[in-house]
Amino acid sequence: MRKGGQWWAWLTFFLGMGYFIIPLIATFEFSLRMKRGEYSFEAYRVVFASSQFQQTFSYSVVAAIFTILLGVLVVVPTAYWVRLRVPHLRPLVEFITLLPLVIPAIVIVFGYIRMYGTNSWLPFLSSTMGTNVLLVIGYAVLALPYMYRAVDTGLRTIDVRTLTEAAQIMGAGWTTIISRVILPNVLIAVLSGAFLTFAIVLGEFTMASLLNRPAFGPYMQNLGANRAYEPAALAIIAFLLTWGCMTAIQFLARYAPKSSNRPN
Amino acid sequence: MTEPFLSIQHVRKSFGDLTVVKDFNLDVEPGEFVSFLGPSGCGKTTVLRMVAGFEEPTAGKIVVEGKDVTSLRPNQRNIGMVFQAYALFPNLTVAQNIAFGLRVAGAPKADQNRRVAEMLDLIKLPQLGDRYPFQLSGGQQQRVALARALAPSPKLLLLDEPLSALDAKVRVSLRDEIRAIQKRLGITTVFVTHDQEEALSISDRIVVMYGGVAEQVATPYEIYNRPATKFVAYFVGTLNVLEGTVSDAAKGTVTVGQGTVALKGKLNGHKTGDPVTLALRPEAIALGDYPGYDQKLTGKIADVHFLGSVIRVKVAVGKDIVSMDTFNKSTTPPPKVGEAASITFTGQDVLLLH
Repeated sequence: MRKGGQWWAWLTFFLGMGYFIIPLIATFEFSLRMKRGEYSFEAYRVVFASSQFQQTFSYSVVAAIFTILLGVLVVVPTAYWVRLRVPHLRPLVEFITLLPLVIPAIVIVFGYIRMYGTNSWLPFLSSTMGTNVLLVIGYAVLALPYMYRAVDTGLRTIDVRTLTEAAQIMGAGWTTIISRVILPNVLIAVLSGAFLTFAIVLGEFTMASLLNRPAFGPYMQNLGANRAYEPAALAIIAFLLTWGCMTAIQFLARYAPKSSNRPN
Repeated sequence: MTEPFLSIQHVRKSFGDLTVVKDFNLDVEPGEFVSFLGPSGCGKTTVLRMVAGFEEPTAGKIVVEGKDVTSLRPNQRNIGMVFQAYALFPNLTVAQNIAFGLRVAGAPKADQNRRVAEMLDLIKLPQLGDRYPFQLSGGQQQRVALARALAPSPKLLLLDEPLSALDAKVRVSLRDEIRAIQKRLGITTVFVTHDQEEALSISDRIVVMYGGVAEQVATPYEIYNRPATKFVAYFVGTLNVLEGTVSDAAKGTVTVGQGTVALKGKLNGHKTGDPVTLALRPEAIALGDYPGYDQKLTGKIADVHFLGSVIRVKVAVGKDIVSMDTFNKSTTPPPKVGEAASITFTGQDVLLLH
């Protein structure tokens, strides 16, 4: 590469890094200033000690777990079936799974409120549990683009058709094939999708807020509107959670089932 | 006559407007090793997949041990299959792969372990039970795939080009091993291949397929020496084709180039003056005179290729080129290009192509 080109490349790199890192460092630095005249983790202590934080965080973690389960139950068989039986419909299915990125969450949640209100034929919103279920379904929809893509990419690394046929000819039915052959071989991809889902659910505000559920997203927003240092601490905590999820994905990828075309 | 173990009756398979298998019929005897041989797209794999249950015939039926299995799902047929791409489950060890069918069938753990040990001994890999597929070579993976297919004691074994992905040396040794195991177990086997040498060396009978139909069903010896159609003659083995004209139908003589070949009794239906296509296997031809070879054609040496132990000589006879292999002898120098030469053979070895 020419020297001038290299210089520009480094400049672009440092500008990009600065764009991402400087606000983060500033937020982190600010979050440490709760006690006057000294740096401390007081804001973090206050956040962790808050019962509201614990409640909303637990609520969102439970919601995330159910969202992941729902996502896996819906996406794995769908992506598998599309690859195996109707590969020509893949572009259509991909388009459908991308819709949550295009349609704002507020539109989806208003649709839910109209469709599943107290007077509707399926009144999810008439009970707390029903609303929780609807929220989980909504989260699963929001996570669909990430979950589907992760699973589909995982399926691409294995010979779905031949493995299915090999299992079938040995007497396996569909449940056995999916649970013992397909799912274990795309487990890492499923986990990637699961961690992305986890990160999305923890930070989601619109749906939880409009369905009036005590989730972590609305709590963060509420705290941001009323306090100074704690929101900064929460932002850093949220970042760490997301990065933790990403690291977990990378770490687990090392333990993916090996194959002759993927020996390491 | 014993009832066929596998009977494929008037089977047709169409995908939309395209018919890939046309009125296919075959009876396979118990314990027989039958190979489907043909070029890509001839329908051989489609027939195998219909026997396995992965494809449903458009017409016709498939009977195994007297039972119509045409509409049964693959997991209800009790058939073992080995795939070209090994298809071992990457998340399971060798032992777990072999035990898969038994586990699905709900066999007790002790029986599974015993059978896995038997199968590992059968494929001569007793020490590799704990390995994962990616830790095995291609040949080992395919042996494990064979063990996995045989572990549940299937009625019928289907082999879908199992050796295609392997290198030449492994391919030869594994094909011998497959045949030995098949003979030992006496399991009825259908083998799909596009490799004629493989089919000729391993099979009791060969079905040569082309364009969705069985061109000839016969033993390897018959397929090679008495091909029923032009396609079989061209596809199996190397063939020298000579265009000639019937010079005297009553005497059975044919003019080829400037020579004459006597084919008494082979020219049935041909009249004097008719053009005919004759064929000769390279190994049936000698360069120059040879004891017992009563037919002779003359020409010129067109090309000589030195291949080490063998010298491939091409002789121009009229408009045709005849290729033959002669052993390399240090005492006899190879012929030179342009030299006059004669080729000899017996009238019995000449094939008249239809």
